[in-house]
Amino acid sequence: MILEQERQILLVFPHPDDEAFSCAGSVRLYANMGVPVTYACLTLGEMGRNLGNPPFATRESLPEIRRAELKAAVEAMGIKDLRMMGLRDKTVEFEDDEKMVKMVSDLIEELNPSLIFTFFPGFAVHPDHEATARAVVEAVRRMPKEQRPKIWGVAFANDTVEKMGEATINVDVSTVKLDKLKALQAHASQTAWMMAETTKRVEEGQPMSESWLNVEKFYLIQHEDEIDQSINSASL
Amino acid sequence: MKEVEVKELQELLNSFANKDVYIHLETTNGAYATHFNENVFNAGAFIRNARIRYELGKVVGDAPHRVGLKMEHGWVYAQGITHFELDERGRLLMAGLDYTGKLAIALEISETPFSY
Repeated sequence: MILEQERQILLVFPHPDDEAFSCAGSVRLYANMGVPVTYACLTLGEMGRNLGNPPFATRESLPEIRRAELKAAVEAMGIKDLRMMGLRDKTVEFEDDEKMVKMVSDLIEELNPSLIFTFFPGFAVHPDHEATARAVVEAVRRMPKEQRPKIWGVAFANDTVEKMGEATINVDVSTVKLDKLKALQAHASQTAWMMAETTKRVEEGQPMSESWLNVEKFYLIQHEDEIDQSINSASL
Repeated sequence: MKEVEVKELQELLNSFANKDVYIHLETTNGAYATHFNENVFNAGAFIRNARIRYELGKVVGDAPHRVGLKMEHGWVYAQGITHFELDERGRLLMAGLDYTGKLAIALEISETPFSY
């Protein structure tokens, strides 16, 4: 699909690297079009399990490593405005629900985004992803219908296609593939094993699957009152 | 962190005994365990900045190691400890890293609170 010009983009994800896996290429394309992008990253991935063996980090030193990786990744994606929201990894779902919604509402009020990237509730696998997505969807749902930004949801649960069908939004990011790889590589503490595997596969003449590297997939998140309307207008 | 040396770790455990200390205790299979394998029953526990005081701390010899802390009214223990260090802030960090370098358990002891 051809990307439309947007007023402002907002990313809301809980962990450094969620953005790189989910939408690095799409964001780079928008940044290249001159669209301002803000990334609200809720935690520093403090509970990441990969410390290496022999270890390169401890439970206590990992957050600072991931903070630096996050900064490098957003640079590769062309994001100028990075907000680190100060929550703790794996605790997002236990925060007060209203506080979570307010955090997102405040960002929306300040930035007035026309498009938000986050996870798709119910298909986001990690409890932090689910809690983040719920807060975003609820914050947007409370807005007057005509003022709501679009939400593009990332879904990767095993039953995603079975329950929702194929993704409706497919963004060809092949022209910015190298930036996407750079963003992924920036999160070395999380992706080094994967990048090594990719390099190996490329050397063996089997590049990383085209679908994964060249196309980013999203589902448009619609609110109940919007779905009703589209059914009504279709039936008219 | 380096691999557990029992004598050195034992001395460090002794050095925190009979003091008010903060602990971090965590076990985990990773949030994606069931996503990758539906047969995995995912369970874990996490406690950070609980304040305790132990009278006896012990690391047991065979690897991966077990570390137990005996308190006046109870116990803390961790199974699967492979690595440890006394960090630059004087905190005793212990972890169990699996064969792929992923943390499976952590037990940390500090005289000052850990960050949030």
